[in-house]
Amino acid sequence: MSEELLNLTLHVWRQDGPSQPGRFETHPATGISTHMSFLEMLDVVNEDLIEKGKSPIAFDYDCREGICGSCGMVVNGVAHGPQRLTTICQLHMRQFNDGDELWLEPWRASGFPVVKDLVVDRSAFDRIVQAGGYISIRTGSATEANEMPVAKAMADQAMDAAECIGCGACVAACPNASASLFTAAKISHLSLLPQGQAERLDRARNMVAQMDAEGFGGCTNHGECEAACPKGVSLRWIARMNREVVRSAVKSDSGVKTARR
Amino acid sequence: MQLRSNEPTGPIEHRWEKHKESSKLVAPANRRKYNIIVVGSGLAGGAAAASLGEMGYNVKCFCYQDSPRRAHSIAAQGGINAAKNYQNDGDSVFRLFYDTVKGGDFRSRESNVYRLAQLSTNIIDQAVAQGVPFAREYGGLLANRSFGGAQVSRTFYARGQTGQQLLLGAYQALSRQIEAGKVEMMARTEMLDLIVHDGRARGIVTRCLKTGKVEPHIADMVVLCTGGYGNVFYLSTNAKGCNCMAIWRAHRHGAAFANPCYTQIHPTCIPQSGEYQSKLTLMSESLRNDGRVWVPRNKEDVTKRPEDIPEKDRFYYLEERYPAFGNLVPRDVASRNALYVTNEGLGVGLEVDGERRGVYLDFSDAIKRLGEQTIRERYGNLFEMYERIAGDNPYKTPMRIYPATHYTMGGLWVDYNLQTTIPGLFAGGEANFSDHGANRLGASALMQGLADGYFVLPFTVGNYLGEVRTLPELAEDHPDVKKAVGSVEERIHKLMNAPDPKHAPEYFHRKLGRIIWSKCGMSRNKEGLEEALREIPKLRDRFWREVKVVGSGAELNQTLERAGRVADFLELGELMCIDALQREESCGGHFREEHEENGEALRDDEQFSYVSAWEWTGAAGEPRLNQEPLSFEYVKPSKRSYK
Ligand SMILES: Cc1cc2nc3c(=O)[nH]c(=O)nc-3n(C[C@H](O)[C@H](O)[C@H](O)COP(=O)(O)OP(=O)(O)OC[C@H]3O[C@@H](n4cnc5c(N)ncnc54)[C@H](O)[C@@H]3O)c2cc1C
Ligand code: SF4
Ligand code: FES
Repeated sequence: MSEELLNLTLHVWRQDGPSQPGRFETHPATGISTHMSFLEMLDVVNEDLIEKGKSPIAFDYDCREGICGSCGMVVNGVAHGPQRLTTICQLHMRQFNDGDELWLEPWRASGFPVVKDLVVDRSAFDRIVQAGGYISIRTGSATEANEMPVAKAMADQAMDAAECIGCGACVAACPNASASLFTAAKISHLSLLPQGQAERLDRARNMVAQMDAEGFGGCTNHGECEAACPKGVSLRWIARMNREVVRSAVKSDSGVKTARR
Repeated sequence: MQLRSNEPTGPIEHRWEKHKESSKLVAPANRRKYNIIVVGSGLAGGAAAASLGEMGYNVKCFCYQDSPRRAHSIAAQGGINAAKNYQNDGDSVFRLFYDTVKGGDFRSRESNVYRLAQLSTNIIDQAVAQGVPFAREYGGLLANRSFGGAQVSRTFYARGQTGQQLLLGAYQALSRQIEAGKVEMMARTEMLDLIVHDGRARGIVTRCLKTGKVEPHIADMVVLCTGGYGNVFYLSTNAKGCNCMAIWRAHRHGAAFANPCYTQIHPTCIPQSGEYQSKLTLMSESLRNDGRVWVPRNKEDVTKRPEDIPEKDRFYYLEERYPAFGNLVPRDVASRNALYVTNEGLGVGLEVDGERRGVYLDFSDAIKRLGEQTIRERYGNLFEMYERIAGDNPYKTPMRIYPATHYTMGGLWVDYNLQTTIPGLFAGGEANFSDHGANRLGASALMQGLADGYFVLPFTVGNYLGEVRTLPELAEDHPDVKKAVGSVEERIHKLMNAPDPKHAPEYFHRKLGRIIWSKCGMSRNKEGLEEALREIPKLRDRFWREVKVVGSGAELNQTLERAGRVADFLELGELMCIDALQREESCGGHFREEHEENGEALRDDEQFSYVSAWEWTGAAGEPRLNQEPLSFEYVKPSKRSYK
């Protein structure tokens, strides 16, 4: 519980809009309590900037408890900063030392254009899900829930894959800016469950085609995504996704073997 | 103002069916002629937009986050109730109904609550079919746990991420409709005003948060599912962006606001560590099953290490005051007692603003009794989260906890159809006041949001459209639309050009939060509320004079977003205090110090068995009270006692 105060130097990526050039801007962060969260540290810097009439640093956040996936930035080259399995909103300043210099950058990937400063556009993730990341079940047409038992081990694995919060750190960490971990997690979550079987192959084919169309790079097994993922989503889902895609090239649920869009 | 609940009559178990049978329908081929706006993509909004799109309506859905998957429903940990009776422990629709009415301290509408209990089972079926990975038993069937003091195991859960998984289910259903072209999703777009034409809600005015563009959206009707207003307290367990803008704008256009003072405080959150604190994190209530709550008996000990305070100097205040329930007293009792002991100067932990607001939650006895391994299995994730935030290891030193605002039972007044007092304006989820009375039971908000979104709104929306048939064309250059857009632009201009700009919006938000938390929080009294009612208008004036927003309105400008939200909280906060002052009784989350007996809340059914529906009369602080009387045919009001 002991509290210390830190003085830090921030080098923050500032960019006014998607097509404007960006640059690093240096700001001191002084008297920062070790109990602050990283984003609270930025709040303090921003409030000071506003009172001085300067433009505050834009960054995304909402829940601030590691579950909504809104937040994310690269700190000294590491997506979500130095603490493993921790989103930037849950990272606390006791992980840093007095005098540290911190370089803050947005996710950098062609699939995630910068909106402003540290804010990027991750709508590509939504479009990947729209391409097939669901089970088609009409509201009100479901059968009694316990009619179809699901082996506990399967349900647990599906839950492991479903932990993804859609933050995009995996893309930011990947040297190819690949969205494979995100896409594979959703494909695996649904394909592990009996409910997900009817659309299994089409789902994999369409989601992967969309992922490619969004301009994300391919997976060459660096494993950086898994290391950066705040939810510990496992690389093994990528292997699973690749198997599904191979199968979907020769077989189809709907009779159509080409991607929908 | 006329408040017609439009409840069906007759035996309660048939009311919803009967209502459906007598309602109007829109034929499948006609549905594509109707445009519906859904604001919000949480459990209520996401489920409603997906279901309405699937039925064939043209839907436009809005959220302020960058993706509909990030609505604050995602943060719910504990679980969702449903009267499935899978555990064969005597649960039933009636029992869930009964518990919810009683839990709400007899301040909710029986017909609505019964319908909620009925629909609870369909929700689980729907979610499972969507692929929501609920916890399962070894036999492969769904697992349940007992939650929040319920005497049956009716709570379904997906690890500690039930809200996340249910929201992803709704988000995926929504994504499917977006792909199908039936829902147009407008993320990072904030509703700033409602368009009312000819007495009906006909659209909204939005600001694109990326480009700053202000524009109208016109439709045949509007559904608000914009969540709760707990952030009026500044610090709460809600996401930073949660706000009351949409419902407050609707209120100013004539939608009655019901029971604004009913707010729920959760007893087990991580305490504030400094002035800079931006939000509070909830720790699951289940911790109270094994943790013992205490503070030092002597003020001199509050700064000592807890391990160094001998047993005889520890005050296990819940165990001493409530021997029957001990650490498991209900949420409000646990919360209020934490307030009282810290008021006495016995609080522990960091000093913020000259006060120590924390109490210990100690697992050392449980660890001795059950072993560290068992405790790790039960609470490992929570202990880790605690350590990450608070920096202490709870296996070695007691946790520090303190209550925080968690949920708002109040909201827009709605009838049985979830329609507000503005025709064509509907409200679902936490944004309405409907089902929880003065206090919400654990695991019931997810249930209500999804019942509203999947099963009630798709139906009652059709009834409304079937009744009005065709509405006159409303063009974007109609004076009513232009006026709404103009007033939004003017307000933005005012926020950006205060006469004496000095402070960021948070400065005022924190001050408002402090007033509401100390005077309209866990424990309220006349004097404090009157004081708050003097302070809030002054603060509001200062805000409009001194708020400082840098940059322009024609770009991503998060300060401007926050300023607009704070401006509305400054009006809603006042209404909360007016409501709390007027309600001269204690019920559920509303505790008036003048109305208690040995620490037990004294409800006054003779005088206050009604819903307070406040009407805007043209200026903040001058609302008119309308009452919807409540009657209880099936669950007879009883007094609660936890002594
Ligand atoms: C930490 C936490 C834990 C909880 N745990 C549980 C639990 O275990 N069980 C349980 O039953 N309940 C729980 N609750 C309560 C429950 O999660 C919420 O009441 C419920 O999810 C609210 O859902 P909603 O759809 O009404 O609103 P939300 O999910 O908050 O969605 C609101 C939506 O409205 C949008 N919006 C808001 N304003 C605007 C605007 N002006 N313009 C455009 N869009 C707007 C937002 O973008 C968002 O999409 C918990 C709550 C919290 C805070
Ligand atoms: S896989 Fe991990 S890093 Fe990638 S989006 Fe999901 S949670 Fe974020
Ligand atoms: S702000 Fe929600 S995960 Fe960080």
